[in-house]
Amino acid sequence: MDLHLALFLIFGAICVAGAVNLLVQRHPINSALSLITVMASLAVEYLLLGAEFVAAVQVIIYAGAIMVLFVFVIMLLNAGEEERSGGSRIALLIGVPGMILGSTIVAWVLLEHSATGSVSIGALPGDPKKIGWLLFHDFLLPFEVTSVLILIAIMGAVVLASKPELSSRGEKER
Amino acid sequence: MLSFETFLIASVIKIVIAVFVLLTAVAYTVWLERKVVGHIQNRWGPTRVGPFGLLQPLADGIKFIFKEDLTPPHVYKPLYIAAPIIAVMCALTSISVIPIGNPVRIFGYEIPLQITDINIALLIILGITSVGVYGVALAGWSSNSKYSLLGGLRASAQMVSYEISLGLSLVGVLILSGSFSLQEIVAAQSGSWFHVIPKWNIFQGQIIAFFIYLTAAYAETNRIPFDLPEAETELVAGYHTEYSAMKFAMFFMAEYANMITVACLATLLFLGGWHGPIFGPPVLQAVLPVAWFFLKVVGFLFIYIWVRGTLPRFRYDQLMAFGWKFLLPLAIANLVITALVVALKS
Repeated sequence: MDLHLALFLIFGAICVAGAVNLLVQRHPINSALSLITVMASLAVEYLLLGAEFVAAVQVIIYAGAIMVLFVFVIMLLNAGEEERSGGSRIALLIGVPGMILGSTIVAWVLLEHSATGSVSIGALPGDPKKIGWLLFHDFLLPFEVTSVLILIAIMGAVVLASKPELSSRGEKER
Repeated sequence: MLSFETFLIASVIKIVIAVFVLLTAVAYTVWLERKVVGHIQNRWGPTRVGPFGLLQPLADGIKFIFKEDLTPPHVYKPLYIAAPIIAVMCALTSISVIPIGNPVRIFGYEIPLQITDINIALLIILGITSVGVYGVALAGWSSNSKYSLLGGLRASAQMVSYEISLGLSLVGVLILSGSFSLQEIVAAQSGSWFHVIPKWNIFQGQIIAFFIYLTAAYAETNRIPFDLPEAETELVAGYHTEYSAMKFAMFFMAEYANMITVACLATLLFLGGWHGPIFGPPVLQAVLPVAWFFLKVVGFLFIYIWVRGTLPRFRYDQLMAFGWKFLLPLAIANLVITALVVALKS
C-alpha cells in the first residue's frame, strides 16, 4: 500500500511538473513534449487506481495519436520560439492570487461537501469487459451522440480544409 | 503464487535472457536479410567474416562502437540525443509482454515463458509502439536538416494513418478469443478440425485481417514498400540522415526489434502461437512449442525480407490513398462481418 502511495505521489509530482513546464517552455515542441509527459503520468495514475484499460487507452489515444498530430503540425509549420510579451502587471497581481483562491475553494468544496470518498485500489470497474458493458448498455445513448458529434466535427474539418473544386465557381460566389 | 523475492529474481533473469535473445535476434535478422536479399539479387551477401558470414553482425557492432560519433552543428541537442533513446527503448520494451510458450515448471515453481502476463498485453504493445513514433519524428525535427524533417514528417503521418488499420485488423481476433491477454488468445487457437487444419485464427476467417495486419505492419515499421521516411533516392537517409555511429545503430536496432515484435505478434494472434504437432520423448515435447513459435516468427521475418527483395517503393500519395481509401474500409468491413458471424453463432 505504501508503494502505491509513493508511486502516486511521484507520478503526481511529475504530472504537475510537466504541466508547469508546458506553460514555461517557450518552444512549442518542448511544450508539446511536456504535455505528453502529463498524459503519460496520468496514465500511470489510472493504472494505480486499477483502471488498466483506461490507462492503456490514455497512452494509445492521447500520447500515441493526438499528441503525434500536435508534434506533426508543429514540425510542419516549423513554428519558432514564442515571443515573450511583458504581460500585464494587473493580470499577475490579480490573476495569480485569484487562481490560487479559486482552486482552493474548488478543492475544499470537493473534499468537504461531495459524497465521493477515497477509493481503494482496484475498487473501480477497470477491466475492459465492464467498461464495454457500461459503454454499450448503460451509457449507449451518450456514446452514440458523442460519435455523431465527432462525425460532424470531422465533416466540418473536411469542408473547411478542402479547396473549392473549380476556381471559376469560386469566383462567381465571391 | 510465488513469493516476492522469487518473483523478483525470476523476473530479472527473464528480462536479462529476453533482452539478450532479442538483441541477438536483431543482429541475426540483419544477417538473414542481407543473405536473403543477396540471393534474391543473385549475389552472395556477407561471406567473409566467419562461416556463411555468420560473424558479420558482430563485426558490424564493433564497427558502430568505434566509429566517430559526430554531432552536426545547429541540431537541437536535447531532442537529438533523446530521439534514438526513445526509439530503441520503446522497441525493446514491447517484447516484455510477449509469451513464447506454455508456463514451465522449474524447481517446483510455475514460471510463464514471458516477462509478465498481464490481461491487457495487446494494448500495452500498441501503446508502446505508438509512443515509438516520437523517436522517429523528433529525430527528424531536431536534426535541423530538410531531409531529416521530411523523413520525420512522413514517418509520423504514415504511422498514425496505418495504426488505425492495424488496430482494427486486431479487433477481429479479439472478438474471436474474447480477451486482451496474449496467453488466452493463443489458448483460444488450440485444437484442429479433423486433425488436419489447425484452429489458428488465420483459418478461422481472419485471413483478410492477417493481410491487413501484414500490410499495416510494413508501414508501421517503415519497411519496403512503405519505407518513404527513409527513401534513399529522394531523402538521403530520411530521419536518420544526420546520425552516426551508435546513435544511428540505435535506430537500426529499433527498426529490427520492431520487426521482430511485429512477427511475434502475428504469430501469436494469427498463426496459433506455439501450437503445432507435438511428438517424441518428453524432452522434445517440452521444447517443441517454443521451437514452433521461433519457426513461425522466422517464417514471418522471411516474408518481410522476401517482400523487400521483390516490391518497389510506393509513391507518397499512393501510400496515403491506399491506407485510407482501401485498407481502412477493408478492415472495418472485416470487423463488421466477424462481429456479425460471432453474434449469429452464439
